[in-house]
Amino acid sequence: MTMTDTPDPLLKDIIGPTPSQMLRKRVFGHQGLLIGASVVGLLLLVAIFAPLLAPHDPYAQSLMTRMQPPVFLGGDWNHPLGTDHLGRDYLSRLIYGARVSLMIGVIAALISGVIGTAMGVAAGYFGGRVDMVVTFLINVRLAMPVVLVALAVVAILGGSLQVVIMVLGLLLWDRFAVVMRASTLQVRGREYVAAARAIGASTPRVILSEIMPNIANNLIVVVTLEMAHAILLEAALSFLGLGVQPPTPSWGLMVSEGKNMMLFEPWMVLIPGAVLFVLVLAINLMGDGLRDVTAPENRS
Amino acid sequence: MTTTAPVLELRGVTKTYRVKQGLFGTPRPLTAVNDVSLTVPRGEVLGLVGESGCGKSTLAKILLGLENPTSGQVLVDGQEIGAQDRMTLARRIQPIFQDPYSSLNPRKSIFDIVSLPLRVHGIGDAASWDKEVRKILDIVGLPARVMNTFPSQMSGGQRQRVAIARALIMKPEIVICDEPTSALDVSVQSQILNLLGDLRREFGLTYLFISHDLAVVEHLATRVAVMYLGRIVEEAEVGGLFDHARHPYTQALLKSVLTPEPGLGVPDTQLGMAYPNPIDPPSGCHFHPRCPRATDFCKKEAPRALPTPLGHVECHLHDPQSPMFIGKEG
Repeated sequence: MTMTDTPDPLLKDIIGPTPSQMLRKRVFGHQGLLIGASVVGLLLLVAIFAPLLAPHDPYAQSLMTRMQPPVFLGGDWNHPLGTDHLGRDYLSRLIYGARVSLMIGVIAALISGVIGTAMGVAAGYFGGRVDMVVTFLINVRLAMPVVLVALAVVAILGGSLQVVIMVLGLLLWDRFAVVMRASTLQVRGREYVAAARAIGASTPRVILSEIMPNIANNLIVVVTLEMAHAILLEAALSFLGLGVQPPTPSWGLMVSEGKNMMLFEPWMVLIPGAVLFVLVLAINLMGDGLRDVTAPENRS
Repeated sequence: MTTTAPVLELRGVTKTYRVKQGLFGTPRPLTAVNDVSLTVPRGEVLGLVGESGCGKSTLAKILLGLENPTSGQVLVDGQEIGAQDRMTLARRIQPIFQDPYSSLNPRKSIFDIVSLPLRVHGIGDAASWDKEVRKILDIVGLPARVMNTFPSQMSGGQRQRVAIARALIMKPEIVICDEPTSALDVSVQSQILNLLGDLRREFGLTYLFISHDLAVVEHLATRVAVMYLGRIVEEAEVGGLFDHARHPYTQALLKSVLTPEPGLGVPDTQLGMAYPNPIDPPSGCHFHPRCPRATDFCKKEAPRALPTPLGHVECHLHDPQSPMFIGKEG
């Protein structure tokens, strides 16, 4: 209380950090989020700079040097993680495989995010009939087993990167719609929305500039979780031979190609499996961390 | 009575919601606002008083164009608001809401919040917005440097000043104040009330001041309307109502005002039972289950609106044609 000489108590300094400062403080105090984000960021860099990082051409076969073990199992440094059954460098294929996994995760999450967010926000904001239709569509979608539908579509259209991305993008919007609908319902009743409408703001303006900024934190959390979901599904589809087709390097495909040798050369399955595990774990850590950091009970 | 033309006039405004009863129940009507007629002359402050759930806020939403009345007319300057588009209406009527923690978007800076009306209506450009916001912040008593801060950094009173700045930046004629002080500390309440009073004089504003606090209304209002279960049961000039309440409900409300005398405790309103469910309003006079002077006649007959010297009242006690008439008075 050093401001006792101020005539009007309202003129005392506006105290406290801005919302972005508070967020920054919480982000850097959350270990899970930091670890997850740095692993994801690292893998993202690896995927982007794959041509610079990969020691060999991931497609170059060399039947003379097939199934060489990785360094820690007695291999040499020419192929640090060994070679596969066609003599292709395992490390290079892993590095290029990160591109496939992350591309599928990001693009599928974006497509389903756009679909699900549009549906959920419309349902939550307009209510009534729109809400009934969207809720029905969500229920229909939830009644469909993702893997079976994806298998059927891929079996009909043939497996390729584009088909897998589209199928996953068009199937994984349910959680976006559910979460965005609930968040919009919550925010719609706030008085600042009524105030914006009373000011004369148009519906798109109310949704985009009053509602969306206040539900974006939930959206980010769902995006990360669905990214992990899509990456795992791609691996599963590729493992079953219905996802990304050879010779494109994909982690799921590498597990699949290595499974014949699993009993003799278990590292052929373990290495891509471990990388997949680390990526999904990191994304989930990041999602959990984002939820903690932006959760309402943490807000002052 | 004042001779100026009413800037705001309500004619028989009724709002009925259909309330679903469970999954298979047939929807039942809930009359939130029941045949309300009011006139507010320019420059006056009409206090609208009533308990929670009596339809005050629904009435405010209708006036702001956020809800459409089921029947009846709302006239602003003699023009029906249904006939005006939302943008025109928004320039004439602006709200100040109850909770300054909910009425300001937490993701927007104070500049964004206060300049939103100008941006929505496309008035001026970035340079003039900055000037206007500085001007209005100064008028409501906030330093210009709060423009880049966020609502979470401000106190309740400061936020309410921001809400007032946002409402006034387009110079509306009418401001709907929906319990603007009930979420604030008592010490801050009086500052905000005084500010609202000063602004009214300075800009010639007309207020519809909704409140459940009679002390606040007495301080600011020129006329008072008392609402009960969607109906205006008594309307009078502020002095007349406080000195000479006619309706038993108004009398009970006046008794409920807390006195600063220690040891008196919470006053007994003699209202006894709880507020009735508006979906099942009592028969006859809606107030009869809680009225200390109710008779069987009140259970059967709904009272008429009776003119009083400076307003009207709906009660059998004041109706010369009812068996309960207590005689003419002041």
